[in-house]
Amino acid sequence: MEDRWTPEHVLSLAPDAASRKSAAKLSTPAPWSDTGSDDRALWGWCQGSGGTPYRTVVDLVGPAYQCGCPSRKFPCKHALGLLLLWSARGTGRAAAPDWATGWLEARREKERQQHRDREQGRQRAAGPDGEAVRPEAARRAARRAERVDAGAAELQARLADQLRTGLADAPQQGPASWAAVAARMVDAQAPGLAARARELGAVPASGPGWPSRLLEEYGLLHLLASGYRRVDSLPTGLAATVRARVGFTVDAAEVLRGPVVRDRWLVLGSSDRAEERLTTRRIWLRGSRSGQPALLLSFGRLGTAPEPALPTGLLLDAELAFHPGARPLRAALGTRFSAPVTAPAEQAVPPGLSLEAALDAYGRALGDDPWLESWPVVLERVVPQPGVLGWELADSNGPAPVAIPVDRRSTPDSGLWRLAAVSGGRPLTVFGECGHRGFTPVTAWYADEAASDDIRFRTLGVTA
Amino acid sequence: MTTAPNHPLDSAADAWPDLVTAALLGTDRRPVPAPLDRAATLALARRAGLRPGPAAPPTPVAAADHRPPPPEPARQRLAMLLPARSGSGGAGQLANLNELLPQWLAAAARHGYRCPAALVPPLLDAARARSELRPDAVALAGPLGRWLADRNPDWRFVLRTPGTGERDAAAQSAGQDPRLWQEGLFAERVTYLTRLRRRDPDAARELLRGSWASERAEDRLLFLDALQEGLAAGDEPFLEAALNDRAKNVRATAAELLAALPGSALAGRMALRARDCVSVSATEAGSRLTVHPPTACDPAMQHDGIPAASPTGRAERAFWLGEVIAAAPLDTWAVHGSPAELLALPVSDAWQQDLRDAWARAAVRQGDVPWARALLALPAPDPIPVGSAAKLLAVLPTDERARWAAEFLAGHGLAEAFQLLVACPAPWPEELGRAVLDSLEQIAETGGYPWSHSGVVGVAERALPPQVEPELAVLADHAVPAWAETFARLGATLRLRAAMLAELAGRPVQVAVRAAGPGGRSGRPV
Repeated sequence: MEDRWTPEHVLSLAPDAASRKSAAKLSTPAPWSDTGSDDRALWGWCQGSGGTPYRTVVDLVGPAYQCGCPSRKFPCKHALGLLLLWSARGTGRAAAPDWATGWLEARREKERQQHRDREQGRQRAAGPDGEAVRPEAARRAARRAERVDAGAAELQARLADQLRTGLADAPQQGPASWAAVAARMVDAQAPGLAARARELGAVPASGPGWPSRLLEEYGLLHLLASGYRRVDSLPTGLAATVRARVGFTVDAAEVLRGPVVRDRWLVLGSSDRAEERLTTRRIWLRGSRSGQPALLLSFGRLGTAPEPALPTGLLLDAELAFHPGARPLRAALGTRFSAPVTAPAEQAVPPGLSLEAALDAYGRALGDDPWLESWPVVLERVVPQPGVLGWELADSNGPAPVAIPVDRRSTPDSGLWRLAAVSGGRPLTVFGECGHRGFTPVTAWYADEAASDDIRFRTLGVTA
Repeated sequence: MTTAPNHPLDSAADAWPDLVTAALLGTDRRPVPAPLDRAATLALARRAGLRPGPAAPPTPVAAADHRPPPPEPARQRLAMLLPARSGSGGAGQLANLNELLPQWLAAAARHGYRCPAALVPPLLDAARARSELRPDAVALAGPLGRWLADRNPDWRFVLRTPGTGERDAAAQSAGQDPRLWQEGLFAERVTYLTRLRRRDPDAARELLRGSWASERAEDRLLFLDALQEGLAAGDEPFLEAALNDRAKNVRATAAELLAALPGSALAGRMALRARDCVSVSATEAGSRLTVHPPTACDPAMQHDGIPAASPTGRAERAFWLGEVIAAAPLDTWAVHGSPAELLALPVSDAWQQDLRDAWARAAVRQGDVPWARALLALPAPDPIPVGSAAKLLAVLPTDERARWAAEFLAGHGLAEAFQLLVACPAPWPEELGRAVLDSLEQIAETGGYPWSHSGVVGVAERALPPQVEPELAVLADHAVPAWAETFARLGATLRLRAAMLAELAGRPVQVAVRAAGPGGRSGRPV
């Protein structure tokens, strides 16, 4: 059976709502002709409202799109319409025609070249000259290290000062004073410290229990600042974690020059968060051999969907390179060896943990990276329910029913109600992030009895 | 301050509140050694040591829905037709998708499908915003919809909307809580009554009789309306009693229901009155109808629901005549000939128009096909007015309606036809579809603007049959740009609707095979 994406997934590739609507109209067979698909691509001619029809090609590995239309949207409505058509009813297997193979082959060649380049880069890095850094870059790095160090010291002093005079009047001070500190941290080239300092200003207005939350954040920020000040004496992994948290970034290309892990990665879920001019996409993976969790972060400007897009529930044979740290999670996607495939039926629902075990997993992860807000876990047999105090995930499998609250900050109401609907009060498998503020559901697996006897499992994206 | 334990993790639970107090007051006043280090250690201990809390009382499980889900492509179509979630893209929707959603829902309800669970919340959201979707949406959502509505106040309407479809109605009322009738909101009580009426008409009437005396007048009126469905001889005593109701509206509604009940005593009384008003007399020139309208509205007439004065200020005698004739069973006249024969007879004085109007109202009320047909067949120069024609058309079988409308279009054009077209249910037969397209083409050729005919174009979008799609393509190719766009959009809607209905029926939709080379028009699916 051919592996086709769900229309939900296809629509998630759209850059905006208008594209989704236009694509839906192009998803019937009528405007299309000469459509076809193979394991890696689909193609077809789309007859528009007049004139010459457009040639549309979609490379499923990527995915990437090629269309003769003049639209500046990316992907355009024709590519999305073709994907929807294929998703709903298939387009017929065929060998790619000449007009499609040219572009597809060029893409393959580029991928192979990138793979070779990375391999060579790794060999060079491992070679005798690997550690050689240009003197100019070294001087710049040393200057920044000094600045950050001074910033960290200033921040520590500031925290200690506040604590000496007491936090009681923090609500009256408002966020302004911490905004000023944050600005100093930006000057000190420590954006990670800046972001945490800015958040300190918001905690006193966050409702009952703020003193406890504020003190926790004080403690952890102090821990980060003091950790950075002795970063050279820390174990390699922890030092990398501290540097990353303080705000030293490593770009994907550099990460990919480091060691890579090849596995069949199960896509556990994805979630897009639209900010002002930028959409941030998170995709969570789990290695089916290694069990290693991974998080891919990507960004898309307005009108462009973030790349890559990976359908939940599929397996991806690929290399990942993890950002260095004591608790590796964030990764960069390297070479993909094939288009994603559907997980076999017996692996359709990933194995999960009880609520106790999920919180333990978060606790253990904190042992490596104390600044973790949450840890990705799959929960088994939990019931989402609206309660008086908010939504919770209940687990009635133990002797006494227990529950953890749902962290509502990045979960829309509509998502929770859809979660409740697919559950109907019955237990589900739910993937999400488990942390000290509760659980953020991302994906749910549920049985949907089809007309036939076989029960097939479907996934629901909660944050979509 | 209490002594700190030797190891901070030994009793994190006690140490933390003490540290928070110290932090609030300031460590100048409450000295703590290395307070920030301590805060970090304890904060981590708290986070790492988190345990699940006790759960709220468990939720009851939603009742199983044994209806099949729609086929996969249909399910995906629904996901696309439903307005986008989380507000992104609710605005700027295209008209044809708005039109297609109700059609999808109605067709799916006819097939007896259930709505897939994940789509029930967006479906209920859509039905919350568009009340015309509610009966089908509630039927498709089934028990899961009611389970959700019990939990989300936004969807309360589900509990007071009767779903379409007999099977569902039975299932719904079987599981209904009789307390809803005793204690529910007014709309919930109407729903309860309506569902019960569908399942067991007599039980519904008896339920209403039980509380009748204590209901408010405006509620009695709407409860009485609910009896219209499944009206039968058994209802007569109750309705007769309602003719003595305190409220005028209730009396009038009861009279109207009784008049529509063939063989009722009221219908008999009206027949007598009607025969007093209209008689057939033979003259040298042949038969003619002699009309003597009532000269007064006596108490017995008023008791049977005829108002003493016209609410619209018509002349009294003409008004009473109209009320009597409209309420009298049409078979009263059968002894004098067929409807067509009667309509052809000359009428005394100037009563012809009043008599025809009244017969038209009677034909609509009693759903009398031969009379409706005869009235619609009245020739020029005195055809039935378009407003009455639209109502009479609704009495005829659907294919006959369409034929009539198509002929009307051929003779009169589109200008007056809007009401008639609305009366012809979708999808139109091919003949009517062609007639509408011909009229639109004429307007396009004579320089009319599409937006002046948006009403007709809108109905056409909903009701044009798929067979006329090739003609639309030809029209789109030859029309001026504004009309080309209109025709192209109509064509696109038609294709989408055909695909949608095929998906629901589980039929394959075929992809065209390219006939011409690049640049030529593509072949179209059959």
